[in-house]
Amino acid sequence: MSRITITVNGTPHTKDVEDRTLLAQFIREHLGLTGTHVGCDTTQCGACTIHLNGKAVKSCTVLAVAADGSEVTTIEGLADGEKLHPVQQAFHVHHGLQCGFCTPGMIMASVDMIRRHDGVLDEETVRHELEGNLCRCTGYHNIVKAVLDAAAKHRAAQSAAAAE
Amino acid sequence: MYETAYHKPKSLAEAVRLYNTLEEPSYLSGGHTLIPTLKSRLAAPRHLIDLRAIPELSGIEANRDKVVIGGATEHAAVAASKQVRTAIPALAGLAGSIGDVQVRHMGTIGGSTANNDPAADYPSAVLSLDAVIHTDRREIPADDYFQGLYTTALEPGEILVRIEFEIPEIAGYAKLRNPASRYSLAAAFVSRHRDGHVRVAITGAGNDGVFRWTEAEERLTNNLAAEALEGLTIDPSRMMGDIHAPADYRAHLVAVMTRRAVENLGGTHIL
Repeated sequence: MSRITITVNGTPHTKDVEDRTLLAQFIREHLGLTGTHVGCDTTQCGACTIHLNGKAVKSCTVLAVAADGSEVTTIEGLADGEKLHPVQQAFHVHHGLQCGFCTPGMIMASVDMIRRHDGVLDEETVRHELEGNLCRCTGYHNIVKAVLDAAAKHRAAQSAAAAE
Repeated sequence: MYETAYHKPKSLAEAVRLYNTLEEPSYLSGGHTLIPTLKSRLAAPRHLIDLRAIPELSGIEANRDKVVIGGATEHAAVAASKQVRTAIPALAGLAGSIGDVQVRHMGTIGGSTANNDPAADYPSAVLSLDAVIHTDRREIPADDYFQGLYTTALEPGEILVRIEFEIPEIAGYAKLRNPASRYSLAAAFVSRHRDGHVRVAITGAGNDGVFRWTEAEERLTNNLAAEALEGLTIDPSRMMGDIHAPADYRAHLVAVMTRRAVENLGGTHIL
């Protein structure tokens, strides 16, 4: 057992965990944040994607104890109260989901992608960069539309901020 | 996953001491091979020794002749490094082609090179670029380092600290991914060194892991062009065969990927 402190969505949580506890398990079972889904549990599907110190990672393949002292953001940490995060809003507007199981991971991966590219994205890049997230319902079309829309809005917001 | 105890030493000496004193230890880096292996209970070390807090294993340095990359450097950091992109664009391209974005944020060059998976990307660059593996106790040339599937010259407890790459005149990488797993069915790393000789390393295909294709090297040393490989084939009995690709298909792919690597010299975009 180890005592670890991980800051999740801005709140530090100190817990005693078995060293074999996965970060996904810590988030879901120790903190009760079940928005992070475990799909394949083999590092392939990306449903468990969260941000670890600002970078998208698959939380089913990180030990919680190795994340001691880190900052984690999960899907629950994106919205500002009732106001959806722009990427969540774009998935809603473009119907970028059907069953919704992959959606938290898709959104966390998309937020990371838009940040890394500063919103400069084309369809080919979005499709390529979603390589680590599997959706078995949508055929990806509406997901890609949602990411491109959110990226465009991110650019517009950047320009507006720069103009002020 | 079976029970295990986690340790995070802050120095090489402490890591080695832990390895030598604990029962059934294993080193851990990015964990993107080891953790899935533990989860499927194919390995059950009683102690995990995380190497990522050891300063000697982090960072990228470059001068006019060499690029030196710490073992705990993530693939995404190598792919994004201005120094690597300038000095050896194909190496940055290779790093950016591994797995997916999330995997590249965690997986490390040292972990991949120490594990020597026959489908891993990095071993081909290490071998083609004639790199030197620096460990906590010695330096190992790439030609002596790779010793077959999942087998390297590393001794029990030895730590891969840094990898030193000679900057070549030019290098190129090409691979064909399995459409489902995205692992390479065959991949080729071609580099022409500053003394003019060409080294061709093939990964993903050989039944003994990464290897140098010396016949291709001879032809490309004479003429570094895809046409120089015209008619050159490799013996399928040297290839892996499985449900994804039989040995004769892999042999064919080796020749195609080698040609594509030559066509992709200096490129960072890996198809």
